[in-house]
Amino acid sequence: MTALTLNEFITRDYAAELPPDELLRAHRLMLLARKLDERCWILHRQGKIAFHISGIGQEACQLAVGMALRPGRDYYFPHYRDLVTVLALGMTPLDIFLSTYGKADDPSSHGRQMPNHYNLAAQRIVSISSPTATQVPQCAGVAFAIKLRGEQKVAMCALGEGATSQGDWHEGLNWAGIHRLPFICLVENNHYAISVPLDKQMAVAGPAERAYGYGMPGVVYDGNDFFASYNATREAVERARRGDGPTLLEARTTRLTAHSSDDDDRTYRDRAELEAQKQRDPLPLFTQALVSRGLLSQAALHATEAEVLAEIDEAQTAALAAAYPQPEETLLGVFVADSVGDRAVRAWCWPGGRLPQSPAEEHADGR
Amino acid sequence: MAVKNILETIRDTMAEEMRRDPQIVVTGEDVGPRGGVFRATQGLYAEFGPDRVIDSPLSESSIIAVGIGMALHGLRPICEIQFADFIYPAMNQIVSEVALMRYRSQGAWTCPLVIRAPYGGGIGGGLYHSQSIEATFAHFPGLYVVAPATPYDAKGLLRAALQSADPVLFLENKKTYRLVKGEVPDTPYVVPIGRADIKRPGRDLSVFCYGMMLHECLKAAEQLAAEHIEVEVVDLRTIAPLDKATILDSVARTSKALIVHEDNQSFGVGAEVAALLAAEAFDDLDAPVLRYGAPDVPGVPFSLPLQSFFMPDAARIAQSMRWLAQY
Repeated sequence: MTALTLNEFITRDYAAELPPDELLRAHRLMLLARKLDERCWILHRQGKIAFHISGIGQEACQLAVGMALRPGRDYYFPHYRDLVTVLALGMTPLDIFLSTYGKADDPSSHGRQMPNHYNLAAQRIVSISSPTATQVPQCAGVAFAIKLRGEQKVAMCALGEGATSQGDWHEGLNWAGIHRLPFICLVENNHYAISVPLDKQMAVAGPAERAYGYGMPGVVYDGNDFFASYNATREAVERARRGDGPTLLEARTTRLTAHSSDDDDRTYRDRAELEAQKQRDPLPLFTQALVSRGLLSQAALHATEAEVLAEIDEAQTAALAAAYPQPEETLLGVFVADSVGDRAVRAWCWPGGRLPQSPAEEHADGR
Repeated sequence: MAVKNILETIRDTMAEEMRRDPQIVVTGEDVGPRGGVFRATQGLYAEFGPDRVIDSPLSESSIIAVGIGMALHGLRPICEIQFADFIYPAMNQIVSEVALMRYRSQGAWTCPLVIRAPYGGGIGGGLYHSQSIEATFAHFPGLYVVAPATPYDAKGLLRAALQSADPVLFLENKKTYRLVKGEVPDTPYVVPIGRADIKRPGRDLSVFCYGMMLHECLKAAEQLAAEHIEVEVVDLRTIAPLDKATILDSVARTSKALIVHEDNQSFGVGAEVAALLAAEAFDDLDAPVLRYGAPDVPGVPFSLPLQSFFMPDAARIAQSMRWLAQY
């Protein structure tokens, strides 16, 4: 039993039905994400931010999620590389920079998480941690609740192919299959888990090969092709809404950067391989497709580029000017405010800091 | 004798021991051609090959469980957990299996593996790349927990761990990795598990610490020396089991005790040392036993002002020392 191809899976060419303004909106989002991502790399090299982890090269399959889900209704548990997805679902460049700089108004975590650990509850983007694949069975739980409540919503999660080695991944898909849940798991298969290549991660061609074992279809498609990615994702969403159960999506994609700003991929990745992958960069592929369809002129492309760069500049300036959290805010938000737990946490102090009087004064009266 | 940092020392010690003992294998995420995300296994793959330096799938539970199996059949695995924060998927394998194998089989089966785990905060790692896990695992008998703070101790304790009949959780403080340098003898030697070390003698009060906090405490002790307060700084080195004799002997001489750790303040190593002193040093004490641990929040925040507030530092440790000295 092998995974399905895109054509075996889809029942309609959904991408062909996207109106021109939707395609242009999608393209602008991809451009915005790319330029924002590149800006973060520059800021890191300049020593102005501490960390960055990139989505460059994977934007087509990610953007397809943002276009296929209904923001604020469907649930999404992002992968840490999903910058364009969260932008499509309603986060802003300012939100991203506030998190990158660790500022108080960072909507993802108020400065507590590292950058790229997205959360925006109003848009049903669920807060993610760094441990991998933990979100998969949680996503099954959300899907179970959707089913129980009789809603036409979808619960979707994304992760890298490396994370499919975790037990949590198996456990989540098992639940989704047993209960035929409105659940979608997207594996963004870029063939590297930091340095570990796919053939040291699994003995099969990709995670979708395993879908049969969970009682759901597994679909492999070109994750650098926006149209193919949209068709696959949209079909999975329609299946879930129809009550036809879960889908395992495997987008074959390319990580065109090191794992993160802390990594040096020259120690494990052949440069020729990377150069070949750059020929499949999803952004020029998408741009070219819109140009050749007559939807996008070079002049319009340049105007959009200038527009997104201005938007990024403005967001960066605003985030830089924003306030840091107060140090004592470290103690807030562990428990609900003014509860017994909250009071216990806030009572913390280091010894010596706790006692404003000098010990001599404090014990002057007859110890 | 070469001057090395802790990272180089751990790498060289693993290489030396792997040359000596062909049963030693290393497994973990990115330990192969990449040489580990901190470079702790750099060069090992080239020297010992893919059968002894094994890139694991991204699955911490399997890293420990496969290590158990290897140890059951005579290998001596070094299992690397990339960040201590990621050890929890392996909790069941460690707590239910590693720590219990000898006890439940009356010694018929043992799994003397070494679990290396980089831990600790103050490095901009946020909630999931900064955690301290020592108290959690020290709670489970059957597992040694060690936390060297100097290159010399890192080599000696790693060699002791590799010779141990029982499993060892070997905690490596990330902030000390490149920051702390020292002389490391080329000759093989062992720092025994279960022995603390007085890193700075003093008569006025005792401070018990380990990992990066040793270096913050030494800095604070230096400040207090200028104020004519002589602080004894004791590096616990082994968290479980505690070196009770060294702790009690120090407090017998100084009569005052402070425990410092970057793990959360409550239910931690500080509480254990304080309980020991309450029970067995009551007559020696001239002041309350104090502990300075990080706030009881569930992770080290990323934002710099929050991280600075969270992490114990020399200035605030010195304040705690002064308070105790003046008592």
